[in-house]
Amino acid sequence: MTKPPSASRFRPARRLASLSDHGGLVAEIDRRRLLRGGFSLGALAMLTGCDVTDNDAVQRGLRAVSRWNDRVQAALFRPDKLAPTYDRAQVVKPPRFNAYYGIEDVEPVDGAAWRLELAGLIGDRRPWTLREINALPAQTWIYRHVCVEGWDYIGQWSGPNFRLFLERIGADLTAKYVAFRCADGYTGSIDMPSALHPQTILATGYADEPIADPFGYPLRLRTAVKLGFKNPKWITAIEVTNSYPGGYWEDRGFNWFSGL
Amino acid sequence: MTRQMHPPAIRIMHWLNALAMLVMVTSGWKIYEDEPLFGTVRFPDAITLGGEAQGALQWHYAGMWLMVANGLAYVAYGLATGRFRRLLLPIRPGELLATLRDALRLRLGHDDLTRYNPVQKAMYVGVLAIGFVQVISGLAIWKPVQFAELTLLFGDFQGARIAHFVGMMAIVLFVFVHATLALIVPQTLRAMLTGNPGGSR
Repeated sequence: MTKPPSASRFRPARRLASLSDHGGLVAEIDRRRLLRGGFSLGALAMLTGCDVTDNDAVQRGLRAVSRWNDRVQAALFRPDKLAPTYDRAQVVKPPRFNAYYGIEDVEPVDGAAWRLELAGLIGDRRPWTLREINALPAQTWIYRHVCVEGWDYIGQWSGPNFRLFLERIGADLTAKYVAFRCADGYTGSIDMPSALHPQTILATGYADEPIADPFGYPLRLRTAVKLGFKNPKWITAIEVTNSYPGGYWEDRGFNWFSGL
Repeated sequence: MTRQMHPPAIRIMHWLNALAMLVMVTSGWKIYEDEPLFGTVRFPDAITLGGEAQGALQWHYAGMWLMVANGLAYVAYGLATGRFRRLLLPIRPGELLATLRDALRLRLGHDDLTRYNPVQKAMYVGVLAIGFVQVISGLAIWKPVQFAELTLLFGDFQGARIAHFVGMMAIVLFVFVHATLALIVPQTLRAMLTGNPGGSR
């Protein structure tokens, strides 16, 4: 199911395999080794070496700092601070594509056959059809999409508010994480406070039309308080959990919280 | 014992800052490469840090702690001990221009290296100010929602990126001039290593 990486805008690392081998690091951080190895003068003296970042001890140290930065960002996050919003005239059409492969490799999802599976700390885990999603009250937001690469655009997204959806399915709103699985094999997760932010929605529409295939039809996450890669497209399953779920890019070294 | 020109705390903070700057600039160049602001301005991998974007981001957001902690300690020290007032102030425009003229004619005196000339003062105060703006534009890029007001200072998100880039260029230019002058007058380099210019004549 997972597509091979190709030359897309937001592309995977060349040393994908070696970095994937370190996936377990995300879950387990050894602080003493950070101090002993990651920031030793020896490691710093090797700064000019091209592989220093992938060195086990250095990578362990850098990921420990990244986890610390997760905590700092969670502390900085204000649940009711709204992102700036814009006029319809400023909306970019179509939105800018991003995935771990090129737009030509997008496999459209059949909306009629599509189901949204629910798992984890959720009271009612019955799957949802697109018709049921569309029957929920929708809201429209025009805010900025910011990619970790450095580009951004203003987009207009509509769909049910995510907090409303989580309440409707009886999710445990005190749980730590909301995780997503997507039709293309992509995975991702966000913290519960960001999931409950007023500008976080399950988007089904863009600029008054259903979302086009490359941008996540039939359902994707849109949140104003996270970088672009934290907005999974073509969502097929949502899980509410207290155990750290990681994600496609996060497992490859990108900062997990990635809050705006 | 007389006071050293650069007490140990200053020397440690100076070289920690040099290290932090090296990490921030070279990892920043790699981050920039994912979405260049100016098509012709590119940074080859050989002079960047991080290997890939995620590695560069890891370094950038780790180096920032060293840079900010060290920078705050430096400013607190400079204010508390009166070092800033003693060494960096006052800067008189007339003297500044006269010194600049002398420097460009290569007729600048180096009799007392423990006192900064007006050009040095202006350069050091200037780079401190740029460093401060660089932190602000960095926060504006990192948190354009939580610190939306800061992002607005630069127009928008891309404006903050441009400001952050221009600030980087100014700092790199400073480092280039600073290091060149330190090599031309090596006693200044010795002072930052041992505490005093030495070479008693």
